Amino acid sequence: MNILETKDLCYQYGVGTPFQKTAVENVSLAIRQGEFLGVIGHTGSGKSTLIQMLNGLIRPTSGQVLLNGKDIWAEPKKIRQVRFQVGMVFQYPEYQLFEETVLKDIMFGPKNMGLSEEEARERALRAAHFTGLKQDLLEKSPFELSGGEKRRAAIAGVIAMDPEVLILDEPTAGLDPRGRDVLLAQITQYHRERNNTVLLVSHSMEDIGRTADRLLVMNGGHKAMLEETKTVFSRGPELEQMGLRVPQITKIMQELKAMGCPVDPATLTVDDALKQLIPFLKRKEEAQ
Amino acid sequence: MISDITLGQYFPAKSVLHRADPRLKICLTIFLIVLIFVAQNFFALGLVAAGVVAVMLLSRIPLKLYFKSLKAILVLVVFTAVLNIFYGSGEPLVQFGIFRITLNGILNSIFVTVRIVILILATSILTFTTSPTQLTDAIERLLKPLTKLHVPVHEFAMMMTIALRFVPTLLEETDKIMSAQKARGADMESGGLMQRIKALIPVLIPLFVSAFRRAYDLATAMESRCYHGGEGRTKMKVLRFTQGDWVILGVCAVFFAAFLALNIAFPAVTHM
Repeated sequence: MNILETKDLCYQYGVGTPFQKTAVENVSLAIRQGEFLGVIGHTGSGKSTLIQMLNGLIRPTSGQVLLNGKDIWAEPKKIRQVRFQVGMVFQYPEYQLFEETVLKDIMFGPKNMGLSEEEARERALRAAHFTGLKQDLLEKSPFELSGGEKRRAAIAGVIAMDPEVLILDEPTAGLDPRGRDVLLAQITQYHRERNNTVLLVSHSMEDIGRTADRLLVMNGGHKAMLEETKTVFSRGPELEQMGLRVPQITKIMQELKAMGCPVDPATLTVDDALKQLIPFLKRKEEAQ
Repeated sequence: MISDITLGQYFPAKSVLHRADPRLKICLTIFLIVLIFVAQNFFALGLVAAGVVAVMLLSRIPLKLYFKSLKAILVLVVFTAVLNIFYGSGEPLVQFGIFRITLNGILNSIFVTVRIVILILATSILTFTTSPTQLTDAIERLLKPLTKLHVPVHEFAMMMTIALRFVPTLLEETDKIMSAQKARGADMESGGLMQRIKALIPVLIPLFVSAFRRAYDLATAMESRCYHGGEGRTKMKVLRFTQGDWVILGVCAVFFAAFLALNIAFPAVTHM
């Protein structure tokens, strides 16, 4: 079943001024309930504008966004309801923290939904657990936390609303390699446990290759591809023309394949590659 | 929405006016404002108006923009015009109750209106054709004699430059933070005054935090490049009075002579 759909979605900036620019043009797509969708595209490809239209932060100049089959702008006054159902974590979300304590900040979203104090607290604690925030940090001021902890707190602030669709815009930007891995693992874990839909925007093909079921490729405001991750990454030359590339390990495997090794050219993770390469190397050793 | 607010009015184009020395432009604008107020009759004011219109055409800036800047003060213009109609002296043309309209009043009203309109147009020409950086640079140079009186002119100019530089950055930041809080269900469009003020807290606190962070970062960046204030500091773009500027000055001198002649030769529009 499709949870989110767009029909001929368009967005133009500065209509009627000399700076008029089309950011998104005629994008029609369907996002399935429960899938982990990766979104990639060169800077300025329209992906930020697109995802902000999905939760009603930007109103499309033409076209429709359907959430569970209903046009989200059918009743503009109820657009807040849509934002609770389609949660959005912006790039560098730590700059949105403002409350006295981390816990209160995470409770901001749930309270805006009209939940009671206890319910909001319960949700906040659960969200903090999902993002791996330690208990003793919750009563601290958000400005005392480290960069990575702030990021977790901010993401927890959106997860606490328990959205049906969670959109993350570059959640790992600026984190150290270990921080990236842990955060990504937590997001996939969250996705699996809640069985909700996740959209991950990232410039890291490695992160995307590891997590996403399907990939949406944006180019120049248009939808360039929307297919299984493996299918997309098997079209390396096309991606390169759009200023994108395939994960490094995929590239290696593709070249090994071209050299005649019996490996899968659509391998997306180092672990998968190891599973193929070690037996292959052993066999080769034995043969000599 | 927020990004729609235009602060710096600078409109880049290639014209004689854009190339002219900003110091000259500032001085001439001030001089022109004085002329507008010294003008006593319609001939002298008409000459100034014609001059301003000529310069507007020379500036190669869409006339639409000038009308936009006039629209902003439309209320003020209408208000003064109406007020002046009723305050004329001499024989009344029409009279109802305590209100009386005289020919002198009508003339006065037109005179004042033209005055305000030219005043706004003249200053718009300056801000349209001169970038904020050029403006602060020129002001710094013009106020330099004040350093002898221990006025920190350079520091003030630097503060102005930095403030101008960060206006768009902070606007963009505000937009981003507002979107982020809206995504968490913050309601900024409805409710009473108190509720709306309260709704701003989640935007203002992060905004202040980030403004301070930027300030510290900028200070560090400036210090690591050995910035230590204005003393002994040279300019990358030194303002130079070019031949073109002398020509402009010459044209203005002729213009001024004509203005004086007209102003003295014809009788003044009498005020009450």
